[in-house]
Amino acid sequence: MEDSEKKVFRNDAVAKVTGRAKYADDYTFHGMIHGVPVYTDSVHAEILGIDTAEAESFPGVRKVLTWKDVPGEPAWGQIEHDHYIFAREKIRYHGDVIALVVADTRDIALQAAALVKWELKELEPVLDQKTALGAKSNLVNEKFPGNKVTHHHVRRGNAEAVFPACYKIVEREFRTPFVEHAYMEPECAFANPLTDGTIELYGTFQHPFSTRRYCSAFLNRQFADFVVYSHPTGGSFGGKDDTISVIAARAALAASLLRVPVKILYDREWSFRESYKRNPYIMKYKYGLSPEGKILALNTYMLSESGGITSTTPWSTWRSTAQCAGPYVVDNVHTDVIGVATNNVFTGAMRGFGTPQVNFAIEQMMDICAEELDLDPVEFRRINMVRQDSITITGQKLDSHIVSMEEVMDKVIARSGYLENVKKSSRGKSDSDELYGTGLAISYRGSSVGAEGLDFAACMVNCQFDGSIVLDTGIHENGQGAQSVMMLALAEEFDVPLSRIRYNRSSTTSIPDSGTTVATRGTMMGVSAVRKASAKLKKIIRETLSDDFRCDPEDIRFEKDRLVAGGSYSLTWEEAMHRMFLHRTYPFAFGEYKAPRVSWDDEVGAGDAYFTYVYSCNVVELTVNKKTGKVKVIKATAGHDVGRAINPELVKGQIYGGIAQGLGMALTEDLQIEGGKIMNPNFNKYRIPKSVDMPEIEAIIIENEDRTTPSGVKGIGEPATEIAAAAIANAIYNATGVRQFSLPIKLEGAAE
Amino acid sequence: MNEITVNGRVYHFDDSLLDKKLLNYIREDLELTGTKNGCGVGACGACTVLIDGAAKKSCVVPLSKVVGKSVVTIEGVESSDGTLHPLQQAFIDSGAIQCGFCTPGMIMKGLDLLEKNPHPSRDEIRKAFSGNLCRCTGYQQIIDAVELYIVRTE
Repeated sequence: MEDSEKKVFRNDAVAKVTGRAKYADDYTFHGMIHGVPVYTDSVHAEILGIDTAEAESFPGVRKVLTWKDVPGEPAWGQIEHDHYIFAREKIRYHGDVIALVVADTRDIALQAAALVKWELKELEPVLDQKTALGAKSNLVNEKFPGNKVTHHHVRRGNAEAVFPACYKIVEREFRTPFVEHAYMEPECAFANPLTDGTIELYGTFQHPFSTRRYCSAFLNRQFADFVVYSHPTGGSFGGKDDTISVIAARAALAASLLRVPVKILYDREWSFRESYKRNPYIMKYKYGLSPEGKILALNTYMLSESGGITSTTPWSTWRSTAQCAGPYVVDNVHTDVIGVATNNVFTGAMRGFGTPQVNFAIEQMMDICAEELDLDPVEFRRINMVRQDSITITGQKLDSHIVSMEEVMDKVIARSGYLENVKKSSRGKSDSDELYGTGLAISYRGSSVGAEGLDFAACMVNCQFDGSIVLDTGIHENGQGAQSVMMLALAEEFDVPLSRIRYNRSSTTSIPDSGTTVATRGTMMGVSAVRKASAKLKKIIRETLSDDFRCDPEDIRFEKDRLVAGGSYSLTWEEAMHRMFLHRTYPFAFGEYKAPRVSWDDEVGAGDAYFTYVYSCNVVELTVNKKTGKVKVIKATAGHDVGRAINPELVKGQIYGGIAQGLGMALTEDLQIEGGKIMNPNFNKYRIPKSVDMPEIEAIIIENEDRTTPSGVKGIGEPATEIAAAAIANAIYNATGVRQFSLPIKLEGAAE
Repeated sequence: MNEITVNGRVYHFDDSLLDKKLLNYIREDLELTGTKNGCGVGACGACTVLIDGAAKKSCVVPLSKVVGKSVVTIEGVESSDGTLHPLQQAFIDSGAIQCGFCTPGMIMKGLDLLEKNPHPSRDEIRKAFSGNLCRCTGYQQIIDAVELYIVRTE
């Protein structure tokens, strides 16, 4: 493989710069009709009746679907089955859909949707986590007494016994908000019924297999009856699972009943209204410290808002639990993390998955604790951070991989000039209008899903007899370059040019379920599966061709697009594949990779949570205008030990984008919810960072090849975004001398 | 009948379409789906096209405003023989593409910028893209791409 090919490789790049890449709404099928959802204006109500008669008699309307048309489960979900395809007894949030109007055109469906009528008995909206928890009546869902949807804990040592003996006790409360994923492509799903009764699905899916599970449950049909395709997706960041799967199921239901292709395209406003957000947290952190700067005890109590549907709250809160202390050794820990149902928009997976919230608290607490002890915050972190063979707060010994927390922090400190810059920080005092501050945050992050789920992935390498290669995996491309990285790994295995390899557009019926592209697992799991398949395929090729080479099978090597044995005899790759044909042996292999064992004991609140960890450090520099309070981030430096960077420019792209999303959470994104209704459901009012809001970013890739999987990779997607808000908050303190306990940070006039 | 030129081809439409948004006309009537709809309110820039050479957000432009005008969409940027425009190539080589949904709009905006200002500073490039949202890249490699284009074409 030529080195120049490796610099930036994307198999979809030409399609994406020419507009030829086809996203869900770019597909159109002959005879296609359109579906439009119907919402009530309530956030909490009993449904007494739904009247679709007038809408159904509107010219051009084919059918109006409600819960009565659903042949299978009325509600489904990744964990709890409480996501209704159509609201039946109750409205639980503003995005609950009571009907789908299906009509010849989208315009007709929109007009007819306004004619659907309903009768509701309004209930008191449950809008505040603190008062919701423990409520005896007016529950969001009777399944959850006291509105408690989940509760995880860590009990290590005896924190309560240690606190009284501590030199200092530092206690603070932090809050983080709802955050919208703001993928640029809104939801779209499209179902096409085939003649044998199966249903093809196209759509904005981050996990086609998840979509299939929802469709199967709601339609009461087996998995094999659905063919869910992978195709370009316009961003996801964790956000294209539950909601789009339910939308897809509505399209599939309409298509199966009407026997024509049905498309449902969402406006941005519907996307904001119905899709899940990042869980808001309320976090109490209490540290007990020794005079020398050792953290002796930690007590933390957190509420995580689940909203009207459970979705992945039990999993994301588990990650918050396992990582509640950050990358520090603490021998006495008492942690409770509770998920709370409300009638606000529901929450689910979003890049970071329970860590951007806790890191916002932890990394500010590290600076606060250091200041209380009159210690340098970097030295304070050094005293407490995890090192090789450290025992984590969940009782896990970090011996599976290279623990590089200090290396990563030191590299980012050195490159950013943090130690010099922090001395220049204004702390509220400046001769000019601008206050200057720099801030630092570090983290460790368990790669992949850890003990929250089963973790395995599949790959097929199908060499053709002319030498071309078809690669197929079950890892879905969300736009991050997953296909490209697996192609690079395969090219490296056989030392063949990338031009030989074509990544097959997979579907749920062409490759086994390999889990979702979440949890920073795509590259690690996908490439590991590629390596497994490659090892099998090499064995097949070697055993088949060893007679041709007159050597032992293991002596055949794959070098520079040839098969070589000994000194002189070799075959070109094409010749070798032709020989395979003459031997009537398929150069085909299926590889599966099962992640290493992890464990969690929910009773004890301990376990080997993850099989390896990414270590990260962010430093930001910013200015705050004293008169206007405007914050301008001027530089960010981000370092991550990713294990191995297979496609370095794309790793950098993840880092840059991760900083942008962290900056948005910290400074610009303010989801306004009144009475459970989102008041700013589009990009003109919900401000994600623009180009002019972003600083120059320096990305530092640190590679300690990981020993735990064949990929050598640890991943980058989520580490890239999980500490930016914390670093910004610390920088704002260093600029203004004022601590920030909630997000987004608003300084208008505050610093005058 | 009203006339509009899109990517060098002349099309005609009747008065019933005068209120239709240019974006919907391009995508639905002409089946040119490279131009994207991200927000529908002119806030995200995914629908950016050139109208008589100037970048505009086609989701808020009614057809009545483009009668007799010439529109270039992303499909009209590469050469007829399939050779990429150097700015498209620069996007690829800078790693400026992730999900790609904003990419057509970014390229159209970039062409508009380079037409008006062939040697923009990094800061000017940043400002030029302030109406085009991207959620994946943090904009850094998009700005790099414009700089790479300038270096290569000098």
